[in-house]
Amino acid sequence: MIKTSTAVTVGVAAFLVLLAAALGTDSLFRVHAWIVFLVLAIATIVLLRQSQAVTALAPSEGAPNQYMDGVVRYGVIATLFWAIAGLLVGVLIACQLAWPEFNIPPYFNFGRLRPLHTSAVVFAFGGNALIATSFYVVQRTTRARLWGGDLAWFVFWGYQLFIVMAATGYLLGITESREYAEPEWYVDIWLTIVWVAYLLVFLGTLVVRKEPHIYVANWFYLSFIVTVAMLHLVNNLSMPVSLLGSKSYSAFSGVQDALTQWWYGHNAVGFFLTAGFLGMMYYFVPKQANRPIYSYRLSIVHFWSLIFMYIWAGPHHLHYTALPDWAQTLGMVFSVMLWMPSWGGMINGLMTLSGAWDKLRTDPVLRMLVLAIAFYGMSTFEGPMMSIKAVNSLSHYTDWTIGHVHSGALGWVGMISFGAIYHLTPKLWGRTALYSLRLVNWHFWLATLGIVVYASVMWVSGIMQGLMWREYDDQGFLVYSFAETMAAMYPYYVMRMIGGALYLSGALVMAYNIYKTIRGGAPVVAHVPAAALQAAE
Amino acid sequence: MAANRKVDKVSGVETTGHTWDGIEELNSPLPRWWLWTFYATIVFAMGYVIAYPALPGLSGATQGLLGWSSRGDIKSEMQLLNQSRAAMRTKISATPIQQVVADADMRQFAVSSGAALYKVNCVQCHGSGAQGSKGFPNLNDDSWLFGGTMEQIQQTIAHGVRSTDDAETRVPPDMPKFGADQMLTAEQIDQVTETVLQLSNQEHDQAKAAAGQQVFVEQCASCHGEAGQGNQEMGAPQLNDAIWLRGNTREDIRAQINSPKLGMMPAWNGRLGEAATKELAVYIHSLGGGQ
Repeated sequence: MIKTSTAVTVGVAAFLVLLAAALGTDSLFRVHAWIVFLVLAIATIVLLRQSQAVTALAPSEGAPNQYMDGVVRYGVIATLFWAIAGLLVGVLIACQLAWPEFNIPPYFNFGRLRPLHTSAVVFAFGGNALIATSFYVVQRTTRARLWGGDLAWFVFWGYQLFIVMAATGYLLGITESREYAEPEWYVDIWLTIVWVAYLLVFLGTLVVRKEPHIYVANWFYLSFIVTVAMLHLVNNLSMPVSLLGSKSYSAFSGVQDALTQWWYGHNAVGFFLTAGFLGMMYYFVPKQANRPIYSYRLSIVHFWSLIFMYIWAGPHHLHYTALPDWAQTLGMVFSVMLWMPSWGGMINGLMTLSGAWDKLRTDPVLRMLVLAIAFYGMSTFEGPMMSIKAVNSLSHYTDWTIGHVHSGALGWVGMISFGAIYHLTPKLWGRTALYSLRLVNWHFWLATLGIVVYASVMWVSGIMQGLMWREYDDQGFLVYSFAETMAAMYPYYVMRMIGGALYLSGALVMAYNIYKTIRGGAPVVAHVPAAALQAAE
Repeated sequence: MAANRKVDKVSGVETTGHTWDGIEELNSPLPRWWLWTFYATIVFAMGYVIAYPALPGLSGATQGLLGWSSRGDIKSEMQLLNQSRAAMRTKISATPIQQVVADADMRQFAVSSGAALYKVNCVQCHGSGAQGSKGFPNLNDDSWLFGGTMEQIQQTIAHGVRSTDDAETRVPPDMPKFGADQMLTAEQIDQVTETVLQLSNQEHDQAKAAAGQQVFVEQCASCHGEAGQGNQEMGAPQLNDAIWLRGNTREDIRAQINSPKLGMMPAWNGRLGEAATKELAVYIHSLGGGQ
């Protein structure tokens, strides 16, 4: 049910971008505008063709009294697509570290592909997983249709446009050089608009809910949406050089800049990769295990303590730097206090399985969700430990940090999202079951093996690297040059690449399984019985 | 809602009575070990905040009972280190380099210190094994642009080559751009390239090499010597050996004659000090090529 007005709006936007492409003050901006124009022009054509074809047909998005699941279905496919793209770039840059010949200047150098990898995994894969599951979960747990009508579609497509603009910008060399926030000012503004729309859809749905209470998963999703908005706005405060140019200057400089950046960076981990995915965990684990949440009280206490503690922990990324000692101290102690609030989520997830542990033998999807919680527990212990200054003096700047991040990203974020998608797909496309549980099992073991290889290799190489850097002889003279530590890393870089390739192959198995599930046979279950949307008693 | 509460059969715990899409919640208490560990981390945090700099105020932050600061920490560590080395450093500074090498203790200290200094300051150009790379001399061999005695090496390290911020820097005459400045014709460059190949016993065109001989004598020999033996006074590389700073192929040599790349090295005296450049010279000399 695409309105012609939508196509016209996108067409007008395409025209405005075309003007920017013509009038841009620097060549990078013009090239970037041309790319965005092409994307929007193609979108306009597709929309126009569909709006003509659809006028005679019945609405495809379901009646207003049904859940809005079309956008969730698109979200699931986008999640899978970006997962594979992000993992693929990850394997490529792992190759570049082991064999520099894989750098193809200038567009495919490590320096441009690395932000492409991190953004594709965190924001494209993770972000789509969060948007799709939050739209699914909030409807089910409020028994209300998504608020705002087509606004949810705007959120979905607007977010994809953000991803395309960010990714092409990186390859062109357009960057703010702020880690995990590399896109330039105009991409930031677009994301702000999309994110506010997302917040409106989510909040609006909570407001029109038909359940008296708000389920814990939605608290986590909401804290994720609200905090990411705040982080994004403050960290990206900058002054464009020209309204038709790609370059801008940050509002911050020096150590204030570093602190703002890591306040943002750490809380991107905290609220994007932790709180958001805890929301996912709180819905899909009890659903898949078919057991009640272990403790309501624990969920309240750990939610509030988690979001209160997390926001102060960023300075632990700047230990032993120009950051004043007092700020480093506070960053460290808040990180240490964060240990139990984080583990509250792990306890609530794992203990929810009491009475259902036997299902792990037969249900690989549940096994995946449980493995995710185990890795969540491990990384949220490792994090506070690494924030302790004595540990950090060894671990900082080494591959240990990379290993830590990946046990969180591959183990927790990846596995919980894959588990959720396996749970969602048959329901969203009206299938009785997944195409193959055997393939889910394959995915589980490929991914698990990949993470274990990756994380353990990075522990060994990271600690080795840290020890080599601080190795002094008995007269206090430095023993190794930096180049010698790099040479010692080589075998570990190769093994890391193999770990990543295993994980990627698991994701490819998943993509095939999901494809076959979606394509196989006719839908056997109606999407949602209309009765589900009636008011609670 | 309280009316909907029921006891979960598996755990024996009562639910809260809320249901969302079939999900219920048990009313389990907080796990004791969780709560007490949480309290313990808070107590640790408070203790740490009292012991270390932590709480910001309007004019600075609390200093902590231990009086620790990261700047003070590095300062005292550096002081300890410098104290432990001070005697040896002073002695090395005051001693001529030949005598430093003659004394076993001083030599051992100078080589260790020079090796460490090398790892931080020199590897970027000369390589972690001092093997050099294209345009950056190998320091292990016995071919020296400006001489391989300890005094000559120290002079090069201390004042650099074509350094812009050291009055005593080595200033070798710039090799002319024979091709780019049209001092020689393309044919002449072609011929003299073969002459240079012949000098270093490489595969070459006999006729062209002979034809280029005169150009070599007129244009090249004044610096590089009639037999291509080089001249350390002028920093002119030896051409009749198998060691090449910018490559030994026909194309490399032709490019260098056509429009030569000129080397430069920073002066290190200002940054590292007299004792350190002396230690570096002892270390470089000890690599095997020293004269």
